[in-house]
Amino acid sequence: MSGPIIDISDLTRTFTVRRKASTGRRRTTIAAVDQMTFAVQPGKAVGYIGANAEGKSTTIKMLCGILVPTSGSVRTCGLEPVRQRRDLARRIGVVFGQRSQLWWDLPLRESFALLASIHQLDPTRASARTSELVDLLEMADTLDTPVRQLSLGQRMRAEIAAALLHSPELLILDEPTIGLDVLAKARLREFLIQERARHGTTLLLTTHDMGDVERLCDRILVVDRGRLAYDGTLPGLARTVGARRVLVVDLAAPCAALTGVPNTTHLSSAADGLRQHLAFDAERTTAAQVLAGIATEAEVRDLYIEEPDIEDVVRRIYQAQR
Amino acid sequence: MLASRIRAQRAYRGSFALDFLGSLLVGLTEFAEVWVVFHNVDVLGGLDFHAILLLFGLSNLAFSLADMVVGHVDTLPTYVRAGTLDAFYLRPQPVLAQLMTSELQLRRLARTGVAVVSLVAGLAYNDISWGLDTVLLLVVAIGCGAAIFAGLFVCAASLQFFLINGAEFTNAFTYGGSYAASQPTSIFPGPLKLVFGYLVPVAFTAYLPTLAILDLPGPAGLPGWLAWCTPLAALWVWAVALTMWRWGTRHYQGGGG
Repeated sequence: MSGPIIDISDLTRTFTVRRKASTGRRRTTIAAVDQMTFAVQPGKAVGYIGANAEGKSTTIKMLCGILVPTSGSVRTCGLEPVRQRRDLARRIGVVFGQRSQLWWDLPLRESFALLASIHQLDPTRASARTSELVDLLEMADTLDTPVRQLSLGQRMRAEIAAALLHSPELLILDEPTIGLDVLAKARLREFLIQERARHGTTLLLTTHDMGDVERLCDRILVVDRGRLAYDGTLPGLARTVGARRVLVVDLAAPCAALTGVPNTTHLSSAADGLRQHLAFDAERTTAAQVLAGIATEAEVRDLYIEEPDIEDVVRRIYQAQR
Repeated sequence: MLASRIRAQRAYRGSFALDFLGSLLVGLTEFAEVWVVFHNVDVLGGLDFHAILLLFGLSNLAFSLADMVVGHVDTLPTYVRAGTLDAFYLRPQPVLAQLMTSELQLRRLARTGVAVVSLVAGLAYNDISWGLDTVLLLVVAIGCGAAIFAGLFVCAASLQFFLINGAEFTNAFTYGGSYAASQPTSIFPGPLKLVFGYLVPVAFTAYLPTLAILDLPGPAGLPGWLAWCTPLAALWVWAVALTMWRWGTRHYQGGGG
């Protein structure tokens, strides 16, 4: 396919909300998605981020044909989602973090078999694909467990395997790592990286977890009140709002504030200057140069670097726009 | 697919047995109601007790079959809240077909059993001039009757895209329709007779076939030969049901993020 795999233009979806007000019942129209326009090329990995209730899930539901857009156009895999929903369903895989597409009372193995027959997969291909996914996701020992008895991490891996069973071109994940522990998150991300490397699957991911974005995505869309607030790379996002890295040093002896280090800003000192925070712009200098600069004035015992906190970055975007 | 549904239900044997018993009691209670009425009167709406057995059997058989296969569709809000409906949208089959096949409530077989007993008794006690047309009429009445009730369930489900807690309201159509069908339509006053005859055509599921099988004349506006038009009534119900369903899915607001 030559064109973009996701093509959205002027997409709007409004909801009518009834509220009880002092003057009686009042109907208000809220635009969950407001004249959104963006396109995603095949093979890319896009992080779609924003605070709660900013229209992320609404956009996804329009992309896969669950919700009818109020206005504007949406094309997924070159198809019109609502009208060609069934054709589209064969070409995309979707996981909603809080939703299940598995059969609760049946062993996992049977859910996979049912999905294979729902997608009318060729039996040899289906079993090859199932064992590939089971291998990569290390699920062999959970296959005979009823889904309701799986842990959250196991279930999420199973959901993603279920969404990938029919080898879709586009994988949409809505909050895939929500509620998972650090190890489970890491395994899931590792799997997604491998899956994309093997099959070139396009990925659209909504998340609150910035680790997901950093590890998985080469492009970020920030959505604010139903509109795009930012479209670009993660370092670019940090640059836009001027997020800097912070070098934290523990010194061998108390020391006056280190204000003279080139290309840095002294943020704070603690414990008589035993610990100092220095901010620097990764575009203009490196951590090594900053450290060398500090070393001319004091002996460094320990150090660590604080990366720009993306939630903080997103918050700053919101503040700048409101 | 079907086998998995049955397996899933058999996973909870105790609960299944209780559900089955409950369903049996409902069937028997409804039958007792008819029996009590006829303890006091000899003829109701032009039908005697034996004819009523036939009527009760036909309407309950059709309803219980529909209820068993698609009765769960009017619990649509449960599917919406659980996110199951969203999952249906993500699979390459029609959403309605997936919803209808997502459950097969075998426990409702108990009610089917009560209906079959009543129907067989009705057929045995009545003086019926058997012929090929009688058999054909029975088959058409049961098949299309079940289709009519199934269509009503789909209408009820579609309305629930609009009504948040509309189950009580839509039950009026489904269970209310079933109740109306198990009474002789002739007992209803004029306008209601037309409602059950033509608008919500539950008269076609049992009353009209009963008239035709027993070769009785119907009340004004509902002649017995109309029983042969039961397939048309089923088509009408399904045309309305599918239109409403389409309208409902377009109105779907999603189950929340």
